[in-house]
Amino acid sequence: MSTSYNLKRADFIFRNENDWEKILIRTIKRDKQELINELISSELKGRGGAGFPTGLKWKLASEASSDQKYVICNADEGEPGTFKDREILTKVPFKVLTAMGICGFITGATKAFIYLRGEYKFLKTDLEKAIDEFEYYCKEIDFDFKIEIFMGSGAYICGEETALMESMEGKRGEPRNKPPFPTHKGYMEKSTIINNVETLAHTFTIFKHGAKKFYDLGVQFSRGTKLFSVSGDTPKPGIYELELGMSLQDFVDEFGDGDTKAVQVGGASGFLVPRKRFNETAIGFKGKLSGISLPTGGSMMLFNSTRSMFNVLDNYLEFFREESCGQCTPCRVGCQQLLIGIKAVKQGAKPANYLDKLLKLTETMQYTAKCGLGQSVANSFSSIVENFREEMIY
Amino acid sequence: MSNKINLTINGMVYEIEPGKTILEAAQDVGIIIPTLCYHKDLCVAGNCRVCLVEVVGQKRLAASCATPCHENMEVLTNTLKVRNSRKHIIELLLSEHNADCTKCYKNGNCELQELAAEYKIMSQDLIDLVPLKNYTIDMFSPSIIKDDSRCIRCQRCVRTCAELQGVNALTVAYKGDKMKISTFFENSMNDVVCTNCGQCVNHCPTGALIEKNYIEEVWEAISDPEKHVVVQTAPAVRVGLGEELGFEAGTRVTGKMVSALKNLGFDSVLDTDFTADLTILEEGTELLTRLKRTLVDKDESVQLPMATSCSPGWIKYIEHMYPEYLEHLSTCKSPQQMFGALVKTYYAKSRKLNPANIVSVSIMPCTAKKFESNRPEMHDSGYRDVDFVLTTRELAIMVKQAGIDFMKLQDKKFDRLMGESSGAAVLFGATGGVMEAALRTAYEIVTGREVPFKNLEITPVRGMEGIREASIKIENPLKAWSFLDGVELKCAIAHGLVNAKTLMEAIKAKKADYHFIEFMACPGGCLGGGGQPIPTSPEIREKRSKAIYDEDDAMAIRKSHENPEILKIYKDFLGEPLGEKSHHLLHTKYVERNRY
Repeated sequence: MSTSYNLKRADFIFRNENDWEKILIRTIKRDKQELINELISSELKGRGGAGFPTGLKWKLASEASSDQKYVICNADEGEPGTFKDREILTKVPFKVLTAMGICGFITGATKAFIYLRGEYKFLKTDLEKAIDEFEYYCKEIDFDFKIEIFMGSGAYICGEETALMESMEGKRGEPRNKPPFPTHKGYMEKSTIINNVETLAHTFTIFKHGAKKFYDLGVQFSRGTKLFSVSGDTPKPGIYELELGMSLQDFVDEFGDGDTKAVQVGGASGFLVPRKRFNETAIGFKGKLSGISLPTGGSMMLFNSTRSMFNVLDNYLEFFREESCGQCTPCRVGCQQLLIGIKAVKQGAKPANYLDKLLKLTETMQYTAKCGLGQSVANSFSSIVENFREEMIY
Repeated sequence: MSNKINLTINGMVYEIEPGKTILEAAQDVGIIIPTLCYHKDLCVAGNCRVCLVEVVGQKRLAASCATPCHENMEVLTNTLKVRNSRKHIIELLLSEHNADCTKCYKNGNCELQELAAEYKIMSQDLIDLVPLKNYTIDMFSPSIIKDDSRCIRCQRCVRTCAELQGVNALTVAYKGDKMKISTFFENSMNDVVCTNCGQCVNHCPTGALIEKNYIEEVWEAISDPEKHVVVQTAPAVRVGLGEELGFEAGTRVTGKMVSALKNLGFDSVLDTDFTADLTILEEGTELLTRLKRTLVDKDESVQLPMATSCSPGWIKYIEHMYPEYLEHLSTCKSPQQMFGALVKTYYAKSRKLNPANIVSVSIMPCTAKKFESNRPEMHDSGYRDVDFVLTTRELAIMVKQAGIDFMKLQDKKFDRLMGESSGAAVLFGATGGVMEAALRTAYEIVTGREVPFKNLEITPVRGMEGIREASIKIENPLKAWSFLDGVELKCAIAHGLVNAKTLMEAIKAKKADYHFIEFMACPGGCLGGGGQPIPTSPEIREKRSKAIYDEDDAMAIRKSHENPEILKIYKDFLGEPLGEKSHHLLHTKYVERNRY
């Protein structure tokens, strides 16, 4: 085994710690402003994929005036190739519940929800038991906080925060216009904090071990650790907690099968990186200084040379065509056009340069779609078509 | 409050009121931003993405309809990026849209077509998606045709049905490429809780929702020498028709309309206003009878408040949603159906015509009237009382087809026998109008005096507020009505079914002690009906409303009971209000319908 790689494993999230009661009671005795400052100084960014600074989000919600506030844990883990949140909720649910409680304490929310992906129904019973235990303890320490599970019904778009809230309100899961943002007007038009499962789990780490411990891990702009869901052509698929900022080459050296042709970073809505760019690509949030850096909600899909990139793209586009909520024009019609467009090129019904028109279309989608779904279709499309153009045509 | 904010649009700085969206601010200063899913009657959706603009400092374009302005915001509405994106979006919409415009009913009156023309979409690079879709056309409703192949999924109809009408007959189904506007279990519009009000038709930007037209059938009848074709025109048509034929909104074109109808070849051009007056006599008497039976006879089987029954959209709504309250409805037919029943009896007899040879056509601001004329109950003359119902829009089409230069027509008067009417009847076209007309007559019957309002204008019942209340105290009544002395007659008015719903819920909760309520299915009443010219907006309805009141003011006769033709028909034919003949021809019953 080579020792040259720069891959740093970590073990915070799944570390077996039975001290959540202690952390909860200790933290909610502290000053709220101090807690927010601590979270901000950790530079934790949202782990669902979008990377919004968590501390800032909590600060905004704590400053919002609203007679009722809510905390929502987004467990609608739907990005293809992501399966980390399921593991967190199975193995360390109390970290997430405690973090939600602390978030409620800081922002003034007394009511919280876990929006659980429909396909994760099998987690529900155990999670409910954990919630019962958690609420019992809250009652004991006179901390007014209630958590409820809301079951999703299988739509990918409901992972988008405002579509998620629409669905909770009993409406069609369609993203809202922003502004207003959820911290201002979210669920039931009330100030709402919505965080990914993993983000919440990290805040537990931060409040337990201190922001510095978290900040010292990772690199500039991408602090701390992250769970990666590794799948595809790899001898060791699974979930790994790694420090952010590693190069993709290091990642492939560790997880590849020796024949890795490309890696899809960030699931269907992420980017495909071809072998020749492994070295120059870092996994983390885009900063002012770094070169190519790719954020990810954790999905890392490896493809070896037996894979047709046309089939990969075809598969993603089929996914998007079906999972677009259908309300906005660029996303609904754009996804259909992209899918039948690449098929038409492959079959010779359209000339090869039709791909350039489709690239222009993805650019329009990026500028004009209402939510992140339609905006990010361009990511996988352009990165695959630009790097594997010949595979699209022949 | 003068805390205006500075907004820069295309390099020019404007001071604007806070709280506006970019679209509203731009419109105010004369910059046009195209829209499709935006409608002044509805909440903002922001889903078509046509109204995109560049906000300096943002990489992505912003939907101007959904983006609020803020201090020092800098907006660009006409950059290369904006134009190209907009064009791209129009192309995308067209690729999913059955764009054989020449074969479309809305050809020439389609917002998508206008945009395509403006952006000169000459060729289509994108692949035509229409052949790949299983688009269906729903033709089963007698009122509305729903053609999915022409739908652009702007959801204006969905929002209309939910926000203005509270009916929710139309909703979004499926997602992604299969997303479509559909109904409960994808049933036909004819088989779901749809009131046929046609507001969806009125708000649809394309040809996806249109009225079922009977133009060819009417032409055929007119051309048949055997047939005597009678036409009646509803009050609201005369304040709407002009918009389709070159006049400003709110222009009264009564005389020109009569002239055009005569030109089209109708054998007799008559006025629904005549039966509106008749409705007042029948319905007013019914109300007074109900009051008497309640107050004097202490008859507990009598239901109050009494609700009007002129609006067929409202009738179907209550039949579906509140069937336990059907007894509250006045048994009076709508003026259209009274007219139909009389044309093939009274009119036929007087003119010595065989009713079998009479074709009765009505011009209505309404699509629900098409359904109403089709109801099995509406055959009291022994024939189908009203054969064909045309909307204001269909009449305009016929006028154009006939080569009539509408602007140049000389004013003509309605033919006699069922052509005379009062100002009160015209009021039926506006929300609150039936109430005002009824009060003018009922008050005078009871007290022997005119209603105590200047120039007979009962202003408390006028206006555009969704629900309005008014009361009028009865003092020193005539001897026969002494039981009403001191009674405060309480009335309410609701227009738009969402407001009707609010009022019905109040009645259900026993929180409403009215005697008489006017319900109209459409916003603004018939003048905002589903068969009126497109577009519609609060401003347009306001103008039509003013025209209605002007028309009333200009009439020689202002009260229904003073219409000489009404006096004549009671003397020669009907006998008395609520008499046996009236009961047979002018009154009806209602049916309970499912809620699904």
